[in-house]
Amino acid sequence: MGLGSYCFKKSLWVFHFGGASCNNCDIEILDCLTPKYDVERFGIQLVGTIRHADVMLVSGSINRKCRDRLLEVYNQAPRPILVVAFGSCGCTGGVFAEGNTFAGPVDKIIPVDAYIPGCPPKPEAILAGIVKLINK
Amino acid sequence: MVLKELFYFLIFPGMIFSVVMGGILSWSDRKITARVQFRKGPPFLQPFYDLGKLFYKETILPKFGSKFTFLAAPVFALFSATMANVFILLPSIFPGSGFRGDLIVVFYLLTIPSLTYIIGALASGNPLGALGASREMKLIISYELAFILALTAIIIKSGMSLRISDILAVQQDGGAFIGSISGALLFIVIMFVNQAKLALVPFDMSEAESEIVHGVFIEYSGSAYAMIRMARYIMLFALPSLLITLLMSGFTLSGVGILWAVLKLVLVLLLITLIRNTNPRVRIDQAMRFFFIWMNLLAIVAIGLSLINL
Repeated sequence: MGLGSYCFKKSLWVFHFGGASCNNCDIEILDCLTPKYDVERFGIQLVGTIRHADVMLVSGSINRKCRDRLLEVYNQAPRPILVVAFGSCGCTGGVFAEGNTFAGPVDKIIPVDAYIPGCPPKPEAILAGIVKLINK
Repeated sequence: MVLKELFYFLIFPGMIFSVVMGGILSWSDRKITARVQFRKGPPFLQPFYDLGKLFYKETILPKFGSKFTFLAAPVFALFSATMANVFILLPSIFPGSGFRGDLIVVFYLLTIPSLTYIIGALASGNPLGALGASREMKLIISYELAFILALTAIIIKSGMSLRISDILAVQQDGGAFIGSISGALLFIVIMFVNQAKLALVPFDMSEAESEIVHGVFIEYSGSAYAMIRMARYIMLFALPSLLITLLMSGFTLSGVGILWAVLKLVLVLLLITLIRNTNPRVRIDQAMRFFFIWMNLLAIVAIGLSLINL
């Protein structure tokens, strides 16, 4: 393992892509920044632009309108980029899986590195997912 | 001779030393912020992990925009921040070094990083970058006048000398400038100017993450962004050093003086971090009004007081 990839694992900057999310996952992501869970201990920061991102969190079900945007944002990201499918909707589609406008779970559109299921996932589950992502 | 100057520029007070010092200061800033919010905060090497990771990543060039200008801007930012730091620190390390007028050179070199951020943001062709650039430009217009007035007051207090080493010598003979009334006023002015130059809250409207997503830096990624981060680390070291050199009788790097030097640096950084943690972001017109009216007024009062030796 080189120095670059070692540093990469020590400082993951997270960009949050919200699909057609019900906002519950988004609130749980913010919970990880609170004093109790504090992911900045591991060097994880939320960034606003995909150009600075190392991890792309995709939450919410992806419908036909979102699909092209998701692909575009993924293509704009500087490589290497990790993708995390977040919540039941991101992993499988959840209750929207058979809907008319549903355009497939995230891993049908872009390659996914980790799945964090739950509706919404608890902050402990998010931390466990991050550990799996780092040790991958 | 040339080798010695290259050593000054690249290694000891220059690039490597100041990036390491700036990284440590940036870590302290984040750690203090975390403690203020009852969090644990990042590990000690976090700024260097960030730099290493950014050099490892891909750099994306803008499709619509000037690629050369986009890549040249971070290089100039890093270069001028390093040069400013060398000129600020050399008179402290070798007393009597420097040249006539180096205070003015430092003043201009400290402006260049902000200018290159504007140029790089405008060359990226991103509308949010352009918005950030326009805010940064307005901020520069507002704080530069207050900064040059404060430097004028310091020049008057040191007996009309434009050399940093003379200013240091005057302070070592007759006590630090901050002990006088005008010195205390100047400390407030330069403190707020530093806050605006470092683009920290309350004056971070040019890169407001929550409204214009890092503004001037929105299109930068990979090595280009790493150079911007390095320039910002150096500025985080250079601006408190300038404040300490001009008002708090500088660094003495021998014996117990090293302890005092570290204490002064930590005190100034603590003030910067606490201002950043206890204030909201102001609007650009509020910031301009703050500098044009209140900071200029304080600086002019300080000039008047220093003319009558108070």
